[in-house]
Amino acid sequence: MPPDEEETVAETRGTTDTPAESRPSTAVTDDPTAAVLSDTELITVAPDVLAQSLGEYFAAWGRRIRNGESGALPIVVGLIAIVIFFQVEQSTFLSSSNLVNLFVEAAAYILFGAAEIWVLLLSEIDLSVGYVAGVGAFVIAELIAPPVGLPWWLGILGGLVVCGFLGWVQGTLITRLGLPSFIVTLGGLLGFEGVMLEIANIDKSAVGGVMSISSNSPVYNLVNANMSATLGWIALVVVIAVFAAVTLVGTARRRARGLSTGPMSVTILRIVVTAIGGFVIVLICNFNRGNLTTLEGVPWVIPFILLIILGYSFYLSRTRAGRYIYAIGANPEAARRAGINVARIRTLGFVMCSVTAGLAGLAYASRQGSISTDIDGGNLVLFGVAAAVIGGTSLFGGKGKMLHALLGGIVIAAVFNGLALMGVNAAIQDMATAVVLIAAVTLDSLVRRRATAR
Amino acid sequence: MSTSEPPPSHGSSASSSPHGAGALLELRKVTKTFGPVRALTDVDLSITPGGVTALIGDNGAGKSSLIKTVSGLWAPDGGEILWEGKPVHLHGPRDAEALGITTIYQDLALCDNLDIVQNMFLGHEPLRSHLLDEATMETTARATLKELSVTTVRSIRQPVASLSGGQRQSVAVAKAVMSQAQLVIMDEPTAALGVAQTTMVLELIKTLSSRGVAVMLISHNLNDVFEVADRIAVLYLGRLVVSAPASEFDRQSAVEYMTTGAAGRQSPAQSAA
Repeated sequence: MPPDEEETVAETRGTTDTPAESRPSTAVTDDPTAAVLSDTELITVAPDVLAQSLGEYFAAWGRRIRNGESGALPIVVGLIAIVIFFQVEQSTFLSSSNLVNLFVEAAAYILFGAAEIWVLLLSEIDLSVGYVAGVGAFVIAELIAPPVGLPWWLGILGGLVVCGFLGWVQGTLITRLGLPSFIVTLGGLLGFEGVMLEIANIDKSAVGGVMSISSNSPVYNLVNANMSATLGWIALVVVIAVFAAVTLVGTARRRARGLSTGPMSVTILRIVVTAIGGFVIVLICNFNRGNLTTLEGVPWVIPFILLIILGYSFYLSRTRAGRYIYAIGANPEAARRAGINVARIRTLGFVMCSVTAGLAGLAYASRQGSISTDIDGGNLVLFGVAAAVIGGTSLFGGKGKMLHALLGGIVIAAVFNGLALMGVNAAIQDMATAVVLIAAVTLDSLVRRRATAR
Repeated sequence: MSTSEPPPSHGSSASSSPHGAGALLELRKVTKTFGPVRALTDVDLSITPGGVTALIGDNGAGKSSLIKTVSGLWAPDGGEILWEGKPVHLHGPRDAEALGITTIYQDLALCDNLDIVQNMFLGHEPLRSHLLDEATMETTARATLKELSVTTVRSIRQPVASLSGGQRQSVAVAKAVMSQAQLVIMDEPTAALGVAQTTMVLELIKTLSSRGVAVMLISHNLNDVFEVADRIAVLYLGRLVVSAPASEFDRQSAVEYMTTGAAGRQSPAQSAA
């Protein structure tokens, strides 16, 4: 509860400012009331809700950062620091071949992070995703390999259905029987490794617990094949054009209807930044990074990941179920009283988590060109949680975005990649990774503590 | 829900007579027991459309039990609940809500991470081709808040976490109004609020009442009660000892009823007997 004087201030404002309320989206540009806003409002409200111009937007942004509501900023700054450090240590770090390698490496971490975000938003955790991914990858590999020989897309579908089922089982135990997700999914962590080993045991073609994936298969090509350079550019132009059209038209339409929107300049800025980002990525990927033969183009896994993150974000922000996930994560009792079927939505979260784990398993197996029972499901879970949390998703539910998995996954991949490039041994790699993880979370927590201490 | 009738339309044939016919909600000899403990004993109470009834009583007098019974959380062990003259059996909060009874608990049941619009529509979001219809939600929410003269919020797209206590209460009330509630039960709405915020909430209660919405106000604060209530009902050890127009009480008698179950001096007629 904010102190009383703030409330009084809000009151006074209300009585003097009634006319402004009738045209809310255009009110208060150079209004003295800006100074009258309560601190809580200034800090917790996203900049584009209150700002009416680009200048105000940045001012609001700066204020939030100073007050600890830093959003994704620390992680972006951290990532830049990491990149500079590795580039200084090893000049090949920023070479196009290494960067593409890094993106591809990040794919699995991003997907494990996205999987965890489904459940972290609900204030739950899923420890089993690593071995769910293992089971999923084995099922896919089995389905597309000779004895069964399904088309690749049916194989992937089959694997994802199996993963979804595992998630449904765990989710049902957790939500209907009220068991803690930590314990149920810990059981999953152990049990699904067993399931995976059993699949490998039964199939005699999985020699030494390894199922290889045919290099002709699209499953293999997901990570190992590239779009042609031209296709990459065309795709970029199309994507940016569609994105720009949708956001510009959307903003204009909301303005016209008198709904609250951020300033148009911010929308344009967002489009420009996205376009530059996309341009740089396609440019990097389209450099010839081959030694003997030509090797260029955007690996298919990049649009694959972007599509998944985009689709998930859309689902979370534009559908009822997505909104209920946030509501339940923040206040399950309020959600229940609002008539939301809390158990169903929570189960859905676990299903989506496991399906995403299956996609992570797909990316993982594609990169290896095989799936082995050596997959370290225990570590992969932790990288998933780390990616989500480093990216800015809260462990306590209700706060987070799919974009966080993208950022967090890239940070983790950058650390691994950079350390490997420097040639440090595994012991040092583990320790350094730990330091980076802890540092990222500490920074975030310190900044936030400063915010709450005020 | 076991009413044979469809939910009655808003503001139906209702006179303002305090008892019997015309009552929006009527409790007859409602009793609730927990083993040997009698939480409510033969409670008679009637609430008229647009009336503000204050339910007061000491701790443990049965105020919470009564709200829980009316809002459908607890089924009464004896007695009858009548809604617009017809007996109803409430088997859960949804039944009560379907009738038009909304309860705003002290903790408000808002999600801090969602914005005002999202909270107001939580669980009832309108859809357009399977997607959330944000435009309709925002327009409706803005209109409702305006009707209730809630003008202190800076943007209806700000998260509820950034609102003051009174503003949060306003959002909870607006949510009730939007669901076409005819009876809004408010549990200690001003308990955690400062002076200015309390005024704001009391104004809100008056606005509700002027729109024909009945309000049942549970409060410890007699200032608030005397400011907004038309009728005052006093619970004492699970019994409704008196229910009379607020004008027939003074602070002294109200306190005596709350603490002893009877008034020492001559005071309102024991109309609840």
